[in-house]
Amino acid sequence: MTAVATESKHRGAPAPRRPSRTRRTLRRMWRERSAYGFLAPGFLIFSLFTLYALGYAFYLTFHDWNIIEPNKPFVGLQNYKDMIHDEEFRRSIINTVYFTGASVPVSMVIGLALAMLLNQPIRLRGLFRTMYFLPVVTPFVVASILWKWFYNGDFGLFNFYLLKAHLIDKPLLWLSSQNLAMPAVILMSVWGAIGFNMVIYLAGLQSIPAELYEAARIDGAGVVARIRYVTIPMLRPTTLFLLVIGSIFSFQVFTQIFVMTSGGPAERTTTIVYLIYETGFKFYDMGYASTLAFGLFALTLVLTVVQLRLYRNSNQ
Amino acid sequence: MTLTTRTRKTLDRPVREPDRPRRGRGVNEHSTRAKVLTYLVLAPGAILFVAPFAWLLSASFQPLSEIFHSPPTWIPSHPTLAGYKGFLNLGHLTDAQKGAGHGDWRWFANSAFVAGSITVLNTLFNAMAAYCFAKRKFPGRNVIFVLFLSTMMVPPQVTLIPNYLIIKHIPFFGGNDIFGNGGHGWLDSYYGLIMPGTVSAFGIFLLRQYMLSIPDDLLDAARIDGAGDWRIFWRVVMPLCGPALAANAIFTFQGAWEDFLWPLIITDSPDHYTAPLGLALFVVQNRTSWNLLFAGSVIATLPMVVIFLIFQRRFIQGISLTGVKG
Repeated sequence: MTAVATESKHRGAPAPRRPSRTRRTLRRMWRERSAYGFLAPGFLIFSLFTLYALGYAFYLTFHDWNIIEPNKPFVGLQNYKDMIHDEEFRRSIINTVYFTGASVPVSMVIGLALAMLLNQPIRLRGLFRTMYFLPVVTPFVVASILWKWFYNGDFGLFNFYLLKAHLIDKPLLWLSSQNLAMPAVILMSVWGAIGFNMVIYLAGLQSIPAELYEAARIDGAGVVARIRYVTIPMLRPTTLFLLVIGSIFSFQVFTQIFVMTSGGPAERTTTIVYLIYETGFKFYDMGYASTLAFGLFALTLVLTVVQLRLYRNSNQ
Repeated sequence: MTLTTRTRKTLDRPVREPDRPRRGRGVNEHSTRAKVLTYLVLAPGAILFVAPFAWLLSASFQPLSEIFHSPPTWIPSHPTLAGYKGFLNLGHLTDAQKGAGHGDWRWFANSAFVAGSITVLNTLFNAMAAYCFAKRKFPGRNVIFVLFLSTMMVPPQVTLIPNYLIIKHIPFFGGNDIFGNGGHGWLDSYYGLIMPGTVSAFGIFLLRQYMLSIPDDLLDAARIDGAGDWRIFWRVVMPLCGPALAANAIFTFQGAWEDFLWPLIITDSPDHYTAPLGLALFVVQNRTSWNLLFAGSVIATLPMVVIFLIFQRRFIQGISLTGVKG
């Protein structure tokens, strides 16, 4: 055990006439040297691009680090102070929460509904599942380009069919309208995420024992009652998992924004990661961009902890 | 359970004959009406879900004028490969086509090479590390393992900026001196695109959990038979980890193939663009050449769709096993 290796330096007098703990540890390390060999490539890369990078990122947050300026002065907590009072950052949080709050629950609900329908012994089940899952394997960039065209004000398919169905009387400027841009991005993202939620829910549904439904049936529970009192409670761990994972991913939304709206119009779709990207790689303010990234980390942590806490409380 | 409170309803309903064959375990009564309803919901939904792909495929064979035509055409009246030629920059392009901008077939070759390399290296390195954590006892094991795990919660955007700087200052590459100064390091190179993706804490964790289920006796037997450490790993452990290795490889490939932010940041010259990057920057630069864009989009999507259709079962198993996408 590792505890032995680290503790041996500090405490525990070596037993008489036996090799010291350090010696024994060293001997064991030598005997297991091939294990370190196996670990080496992964550990080296991980150390550089994750461990060292994390420390480096933390270091950057205390500096006014602009890549084109020769001087990179230490500024203490200034970046953090700036972040707390940054109107743009606040707005990006609101936009990100808007995106997450809408896209995650909607894809979960639709995913669950589809999973329940597909969990029946019906013909063409596999085909339906494949069709609903296709958007998940589509690269985000492609999906964004495609939907950007669908939302096109003059030639887009949405306007054409909505006008034809008389649901709107004049073409909508989806992505360049301040109030429609975010919903448009959300709709596209929901399309891309439903299949994933569906597959996870399907796995969850298949692990519910049939006896529970049998018992409910004997108790006279109808379809709705069985969903309400058997399916939903039994799927709670799945739901929690999808909620947490979905929120973490949605908080990092970037590609759709870059391709479809570039954060516009009037910064209505500037999300946190888009702001980090702009700060770091348009204005080269790496110190502040790192600070914002830690802000994102903190928000993700808070969100996850809150979700887990809510889950535990409602479990009692 | 809340079920007991519902018993009063029992009287209103006929008790089901116990010998009725039970099929499936769903919540619905599998009556014809329910089935018809199910199809009525599922089929139009599925068509709506796939319609964008149908349109994309069709539009990729249409000339620009037809794409801009109203009403939209779902079946190209004069199918043409102009979009594909233009985006891949293959064959002879007319002046008008050149003016509309063009892509490059290299972007797809780059994507294939980068995503392929990442997948192979990542799966190998992850498996080697996972083998140590699952089947070897050595000083420092738990500390290192916890170190790996504890970074899983950190959003990748936190390491984005330092990694850009690390890549820029790799010694001896791209004109850098021994201290990593003076040049551009691994920026705008395949190394830079590949190396940071060659190990993942999550993949190691997934593989380790899987390897724990391999009985130690098997490894001991191999050792007694005189197999060395590498042989045990390669010939005994790896073949027993098929599903987990497949899951690791598929998700790594998918993630690498559609990765956008990292290539966007470290790539400079069009020669090193990956497919998603080329496509996304093409939208920004050539706003009107939609026929080229759609052709490029089809090519960028195709590998993922093909992989998905071939490995569908593995794919879905993997997702349920790990609960990740990309």
